Amino acid sequence: MNYIGEHLLPGQLGFFFLILSFVAAGMACFAYGKAAQTEHLEDSKSWRKLGRVFFIIDAVSIFSIFVIIYTLISKHYFEYYYVWNHSDKSLDPKYLLSSIWEGQEGSFLLWMFWHAVLGLILMKTSKKWEAPVLSVVSFAQFILASTIIGIYIFDVKIGSNPFLLTRDNFGDLPVFQRADYLTLPRFQDGNGLNQLLQNYWMVIHPPILFLGFASTLVPFAYAIAGLWKKDYGGWSKDALPWVSFSAGILGLGIMMGAKWAYESLNFGGYWAWDPVENASLVPWLILVAGLHTHVVYNSTGHSLRATYLFYILSFVLVLYSTYLTRSGDLQDTSVHAFTNLGMNWQLRLLVFVFLIPSFVLFFMRYKKIPHIAKEENSWSREFWMFIGALVLFLSALAVIVPTSFPIFNKVFGTNWNIGEDKEFPYNRIQVFVAVIIGLLTAITQFMKYKQTDKGATLKSLLWPTVLTVAISTASSVFGAINYDKYGIGFLIAIHLALWASIYAVIANAAYIWVGLKGKMKAAGASVAHIGFGMFLVGVLISSAKKEVLSINHLNPLNFGGETKEKGEENLTMFQGIKTDMGSHWATYEKDSTTMGGKYMFFHIAMENKKSGEKFTLYPDLIKNSKGQEGYSNNPDSKHYLTHDIFSYVNYANKTKEGEDTAQFRVETVKYKDTLYYSSGFMILDTVGFRLENNRVEFTEKDTAIVAKLTVVPFNSSKKLTAYPYLTFNNNSIEYVPDTVISQGLAIQFKRPTDLTHFDIGVKESSNLTPFIALKVLKFPLINFVWLGIVIMIVGFVMTVRRRMRLINN
Amino acid sequence: MKKLHLVLLVAIAAVITILLSFMGDLSTYETLATAKLKEGKTVTVIAKLDTNYKPAIIYNPLKDPNTTTIYVKDSLGNAAKVVYHFEKPMDMEKSERIVLKGKMKGDVFDITSKDGILIKCPSKYKDDPKAASNNLTQN
Repeated sequence: MNYIGEHLLPGQLGFFFLILSFVAAGMACFAYGKAAQTEHLEDSKSWRKLGRVFFIIDAVSIFSIFVIIYTLISKHYFEYYYVWNHSDKSLDPKYLLSSIWEGQEGSFLLWMFWHAVLGLILMKTSKKWEAPVLSVVSFAQFILASTIIGIYIFDVKIGSNPFLLTRDNFGDLPVFQRADYLTLPRFQDGNGLNQLLQNYWMVIHPPILFLGFASTLVPFAYAIAGLWKKDYGGWSKDALPWVSFSAGILGLGIMMGAKWAYESLNFGGYWAWDPVENASLVPWLILVAGLHTHVVYNSTGHSLRATYLFYILSFVLVLYSTYLTRSGDLQDTSVHAFTNLGMNWQLRLLVFVFLIPSFVLFFMRYKKIPHIAKEENSWSREFWMFIGALVLFLSALAVIVPTSFPIFNKVFGTNWNIGEDKEFPYNRIQVFVAVIIGLLTAITQFMKYKQTDKGATLKSLLWPTVLTVAISTASSVFGAINYDKYGIGFLIAIHLALWASIYAVIANAAYIWVGLKGKMKAAGASVAHIGFGMFLVGVLISSAKKEVLSINHLNPLNFGGETKEKGEENLTMFQGIKTDMGSHWATYEKDSTTMGGKYMFFHIAMENKKSGEKFTLYPDLIKNSKGQEGYSNNPDSKHYLTHDIFSYVNYANKTKEGEDTAQFRVETVKYKDTLYYSSGFMILDTVGFRLENNRVEFTEKDTAIVAKLTVVPFNSSKKLTAYPYLTFNNNSIEYVPDTVISQGLAIQFKRPTDLTHFDIGVKESSNLTPFIALKVLKFPLINFVWLGIVIMIVGFVMTVRRRMRLINN
Repeated sequence: MKKLHLVLLVAIAAVITILLSFMGDLSTYETLATAKLKEGKTVTVIAKLDTNYKPAIIYNPLKDPNTTTIYVKDSLGNAAKVVYHFEKPMDMEKSERIVLKGKMKGDVFDITSKDGILIKCPSKYKDDPKAASNNLTQN
């Protein structure tokens, strides 16, 4: 059949480049491998030339694929499944990019894109290491390309091709019997991009994170090259700036994800120990461990074996985290994990194809990797740096092992699972890691490599220590850090960790002046450590002192032994009614919509009880994209230097707005009779002519009969009063019902049947007045988390620059 | 003994402690029937909404914004009422699979931790070919 209106050329071109990149990467790997193996210099050079040509072809193909996909998405060619499934016409241009990496194919492509860029830089800079290093890089490109080529070999599908047409994927559907299927409404627009991803952080977080993932390939490639060429330490100086770069970028990428989660998800924080988050953190921890043993090796010759191990592990764990996130094997433990695209075997293979050869090589060469038999002096910098690296490694293990429980269960048939509280099992271990790492970060720089003068070290540590004790004691005493949810032991651990982190900040700042005499050029490491220390302080304070402002005091069930565990954290707020939120008054003033009702903003006027400061929060609900009904909530925060007020809407009856179909149910009652409604009862107290009430003041001219009812909700001891009445105007009767908003009740006084019997109408409806369920949290010192990360990254950039200068000199 | 050996020994001891600490908190996957036998113990149950109840999710923020009641059944057909002491997760109606972590209290499955309910986020259905196919056959 000849389909009308399809644009097939770009897809064919794209598929051609997919195949080309796959083949070229394979050839580059082979040619560079030959160049690395061949002893003969001239041969080696010509193989290397060939390798370069193939690698450049690979890179150009990947760039072209990217351009083609972007073109397809921006031109809205919905005949392509990827375009149809991940974008729509309403998207802002910057989100068209996010559409590329919403799907698995696009993320792998992004990864390969960075490998290509890094490979081109390495081609220029790695000199004699070019052949083996680029051979490893090309191999990675070859393997990754296999995940997006989407070809069948003996009925086995290899990879998933982003250029497939919708009708290729779903050829059986009747809609494709029509040649003009593209004119149907369902092909006029795509499925759109997930609402939660329509956020500027989602434009920049994935590229940075994937640059981080991609950059872990460089130390891995150097390590493999070192083992391969049996030049075990020769690459060490060349690779060091790359490691700093990688650790900086990967750290930045992870924390950008945390910032995105904080700003646009409703987890109520920036980190939730979700398996997907853990999987990205673990390679970073191990890479940083490797960075430290690497520095130790450069200065003393110790710890080279550990460095090899850490670099291999860190890259393999990046692959493992890809498998965890993408395979669907984690879907019962993670909110982020993706569904299975039917290529799990390939994702598993991805891990093993790097894991097995690199570890075989490592163990074969292990004995030959130089090491110093004489052990480190315990008064030396290298000894404590090694201990620190080991602690980071253990900390990584303590994260990845429980994260992998679903995998263990699959492989060994066990039945393990983390309990109801998924954060505390991690926190109670990592808090001790923070204590040790904080202390080591503070002290170790003051020691010298090989042999330290004890007296001098202690002397230069004196003032930072005194200052730390002063500040820490003050913050412990006056900081009101009394997070006792998990008992006194954990609280003490938090205080210890806080002291250690403060020590890390102060001691490293002092080291810049005392140890380095203010030479900022050499201070990269200290700056990174200061940032890391500040980050820890921010994490500890913002988590331990997180406050829920919207505590529901009104709920009478809010007592008893388990209250602390239970989340009485949402407050129902009626429009226009000032509500008590601890330190603030909050009023839900109104709401507004933008983009044709896509975003619904709630205007929450906040007033600080003490200072009287007024501001408005605008948390919103976003209508989900096509094919999914419902809303997603999006928080809003007021930022202060010392804390954030963070709010999000969990429910709004506006979203369910429809006609009020409930009817008045009429009953005839006497005085003191009881009327039941779904969640309580009411008693008719009295009926009177112009009865005094809290609603209207009647004048002599009015003819009004008022009923007084006492409403008793089952779940509250607080009694409420309602005064429905009827008036006579020009011989007609007007019934004025009274509403009890908190009970969703409207009560009507119909008419007296006789002098002792009255008709009362009761209506129950939730649409009487707009209301929301709102959660408001306070995060103290959250800015330390972000500022700490920024300073840490600055430190990494400084070390990269310095290390590069050292190489070039 | 060398210092390094001592360090490694300490490290191994730390690993064992860490693993034991996790083991202490482990819960197990159960069905609703076996969960009833382990009343009071934290267990994990995979279930879905029980469509015999309409609505299967009861959340009335007007009266109490911090309690969600849902009716679920597991793959063996056992049914139970679940009380979750938090707001209703946003997209719960659409969920095809709910992971519950909590304790059985009488006939009620009680969840006191916010993480005690995990539903698959709707974006994750997107790559599911079945959902896409449904989407293509509609309108």
